[in-house]
Amino acid sequence: MRRRNWSIPYALFLLVFVVIPLLLIVWYAFTDEEGALTLSNFRKFMMHPEAMNTFIYSIGIAIITTLVCLVLGYPAAYILSQKQFKTSKTMVVLFILPMWVNILIRTLATVALFDFLKLPLGEGALIFGMVYNFLPFMIYPIYNTLQKMDQNLIEAAQDLGANPVKVFGKVILPLSMPGIVSGIVMVFMPTVSTFAIAELLTMNNIKLFGTTVQENIYNGMWNYGAALSLIMLLLIGIMSLFTNEEDSAQNESGGVI
Amino acid sequence: MQQSNYIIEVQHVSKRFGEKVALDDIHLNVKKGEFVTILGPSGCGKTTLLRLIAGFQTASEGTIKIAGEEITQTPPHMRPVNTVFQKYALFPHLNVYDNIAFGLKLKKTPQQVIEKKVKAALKMVGMTDYEDRDVDSLSGGQQQRVAIARAIVNEPEVLLLDEPLAALDLKMRKDMQMELKEMHQKLGITFVYVTHDQEEALTLSDTIVVMSEGKIQQIGTPMDIYNEPINSFVADFIGESNILNGTMVKDKLVHFAGHEFECVDKGFGEDMPVDVVIRPEDIYIFDPSDAAQLTGVVTSCIFKGVHFEMLVQTQEGYELMVQDYHSFEAGREVGLLVKPFDIHVMKKERTCNTFEGKMLDNTHVEFLGCSFECIAQEGLEAGDKVQVEVDFQHVNLQDNEEDGVLSGDVKFILYKGNHYHLTVFTDWDEDIYVDTNDVWDDGDRVGISIAPEHIRLNKL
Repeated sequence: MRRRNWSIPYALFLLVFVVIPLLLIVWYAFTDEEGALTLSNFRKFMMHPEAMNTFIYSIGIAIITTLVCLVLGYPAAYILSQKQFKTSKTMVVLFILPMWVNILIRTLATVALFDFLKLPLGEGALIFGMVYNFLPFMIYPIYNTLQKMDQNLIEAAQDLGANPVKVFGKVILPLSMPGIVSGIVMVFMPTVSTFAIAELLTMNNIKLFGTTVQENIYNGMWNYGAALSLIMLLLIGIMSLFTNEEDSAQNESGGVI
Repeated sequence: MQQSNYIIEVQHVSKRFGEKVALDDIHLNVKKGEFVTILGPSGCGKTTLLRLIAGFQTASEGTIKIAGEEITQTPPHMRPVNTVFQKYALFPHLNVYDNIAFGLKLKKTPQQVIEKKVKAALKMVGMTDYEDRDVDSLSGGQQQRVAIARAIVNEPEVLLLDEPLAALDLKMRKDMQMELKEMHQKLGITFVYVTHDQEEALTLSDTIVVMSEGKIQQIGTPMDIYNEPINSFVADFIGESNILNGTMVKDKLVHFAGHEFECVDKGFGEDMPVDVVIRPEDIYIFDPSDAAQLTGVVTSCIFKGVHFEMLVQTQEGYELMVQDYHSFEAGREVGLLVKPFDIHVMKKERTCNTFEGKMLDNTHVEFLGCSFECIAQEGLEAGDKVQVEVDFQHVNLQDNEEDGVLSGDVKFILYKGNHYHLTVFTDWDEDIYVDTNDVWDDGDRVGISIAPEHIRLNKL
């Protein structure tokens, strides 16, 4: 058997589970309930302030979550990449460990924790839950790039007269950009589309865009739901295009994506 | 005080990494404008010494002064030195211009001055018009030139070079050596150069510092080091050499390889055991005649480009390496002659192994962390402290480390014409020296044992 034939099962898998569903989404998004071609779904989204607001709100929450993850995650990744930790991977594993637990279970546990501490559920809880869930996705790619960084470069910068602040600003930070970009994408993309965390941590009081999509599909409004999904897909697609360019320009792999 | 003559003063400097001693009480003074090379095999501490001067590591003990100022604890960014790294360490996110301008920008130099200086530095390393190139698009040699430009553009008092040419191919290395030498003359700054390549050291330096095992073995001009090596390690490391055991019969007369030879050395005393070093190019080789001091048979003859390298087995059983422009093919009988001036006599560092030990009982003595059987001797009782002496040839090495009383690693091998002189690093951090006819390799794990009758004990 020729080697290229081995790829047939995978191609079939991709066709059935990725390509056809995508085409279906596009088809549903551009048709009405009778199956006639229309743009009314998109018009409805544009005209409907509630959906639009949810969309903008979701992006806002995603941006805040990503920024918080970056601010918390970068120092953590930096500390982990230092020599004294390189030998024992324990700390890294501890950071990654929560990812082994299902996201719903983790979130339910967070709800229980908030209840126990008598803290109100709502926006604060939502951002806390998102950061808690997605922080490892920020730490790991940054840790990866920092850890692979040539120690000589840092010494070279010191040698040329850079104090610790300058070493960080002029060498370490620019060289860890690929990891930062990877981390941002890996946190931003799932936070835009998540709905389970929002439902559980806000007692369904705050709607995210993912929730809107889910509700519409759940209520049988497949065409409108598909249109909303498509908008979200486009947004994420544009994001990853931007990062791909960034990556090839940097020509420095090391991130996860 | 003559202090101001020295740009770098390293005093009593030691560096330990945990238990391991990387540098042991180093003294080194470097004159302003000198080209100093620190030469030694890998792991001898030469790079550590350079990193202490650069400030990437701090000394466990001792002081380092640069230009009269103590900088032992000063962080690297505040030292008046710049480093050229072995693997270039160019910043991949910056182009050639920004790499070179890195240090100047940090010093807030005006833009026009930076531009002028970067251009001058690029010209100095022969890389004019490469400003906008991505550093990854440059070849190894070009990257190293940029790295040198990046260092010299800051006009440091001292330029430190950590095996800068090690990653380049031979031809490129030779070219760069010449360029470095020219650069040193033009710039007039002090170069401290680390290498394990003795030829590079001889070519480039004003002064060579030979290091081994964290200690400085010899400091001198290339000529001094080559012609008057202070011990057998230096003789063996620098250039090719024949090193033989000999005896200084009296002033200007030395006995080795079964004959007495006239030499120019004196002051060793009478009948003193010595090491004799003869460079292979200093031995005359010709058809057997009355002029011959030694006769022997050529066992191998290899063409080396400029000369032939021959091994001659003498009648007395010694093997000598000879280099000559004429070839004497294997199997031919030849005569050999050495002029008195070319025989270098060195004091032996030691003539037998000596250890401090303790009597365990009548027939057992403890030294090197182990108990050895010995012959009972009057006047020695359990608990007595003794000095233990063992001749080099009476230490037995075994392939199987279980067979020995203790084990160790072979770490330095010296061929002495008719036997090997090994340094074995035991598991108790002490060296034991062994003469043997067996062939061992550097790094071999061996078992060590000593027969009871060869352990000499003296009460302390």
